[in-house]
Amino acid sequence: MKKNDLKLIVTVLVVAVVFWLGMSLYQKYNTANQAYVLVTIDGVEYGKYPLNKDITERIEFEDGSYNVLEIKDGEAQISEASCPDQICVNHMHIHYSKEMIVCLPNGLIAEIVNGEERDIDGSTH
Amino acid sequence: MKTNKVALLGLFIALAFVLSYIEFLLPFSIGIPGAKIGLANLAVVVALFIIGKKDALVLSIIRVLLVGLTFGNLAMTMYSIAGAALSYLMMLIGMKTKKLSITGVSVLGGVFHNVGQIIVAMLVLETAGLIYYLPFLVIIGTISGVVIGVLAAMIVERLRRNLRF
Repeated sequence: MKKNDLKLIVTVLVVAVVFWLGMSLYQKYNTANQAYVLVTIDGVEYGKYPLNKDITERIEFEDGSYNVLEIKDGEAQISEASCPDQICVNHMHIHYSKEMIVCLPNGLIAEIVNGEERDIDGSTH
Repeated sequence: MKTNKVALLGLFIALAFVLSYIEFLLPFSIGIPGAKIGLANLAVVVALFIIGKKDALVLSIIRVLLVGLTFGNLAMTMYSIAGAALSYLMMLIGMKTKKLSITGVSVLGGVFHNVGQIIVAMLVLETAGLIYYLPFLVIIGTISGVVIGVLAAMIVERLRRNLRF
């Protein structure tokens, strides 16, 4: 083994480690590939909320009605709503891709995008 | 091409084939798709230094085709050919610079075999996310390259002493 070999090996390893660190940092700060909740109101996008951050977002409407979107432990739910039927509040927590909670009276849809894929076809709750 | 050179190349192809088979038989997997030790690269590296660059290229390609047709599938063969081609090219460049010993050349081969494979896999599967495997593949390629290189250096030294063309 020559000295140049060692140089090559060290260079390759350093490049690999730097590349890896760079990628993990990129992944951490780039939310493009991360799961998020897409909230639309009457079909118009209202906001995106990453699933990995715990938040409570109160979504108010002009007529005084409201929905409270809560994200906790990687799952989203509507914890409070002004609508009379409370279907969105009673809906199970969502975190799989394409799962959604719909609040018809307010025209609000919260949908998971880029989330985990569901392993089973379906189940009842 | 002299007869004994033909025979030697045949021997090396058989050797590379058997080494690939041994690697195929090894029960453990590193857990990263595409990560291999690259035992067959031992034959290619030794051939590169003993029989010459053209024959080493022939050996490399025949080896990939043989292994692909015998144990693998078309997709695997395609990745392997890309890996083998890039690996051969880099080893040739590394050898031509005359700055590296056999170990260094073998490291280049090991690393770029993995790089070539992952690039083709990314193009075929259209998944840029595969690039996340790259650092690990490069590190594994380096380690196996060092081991293969040290072994190859020992073999080349003995062959040069005992082999006459």
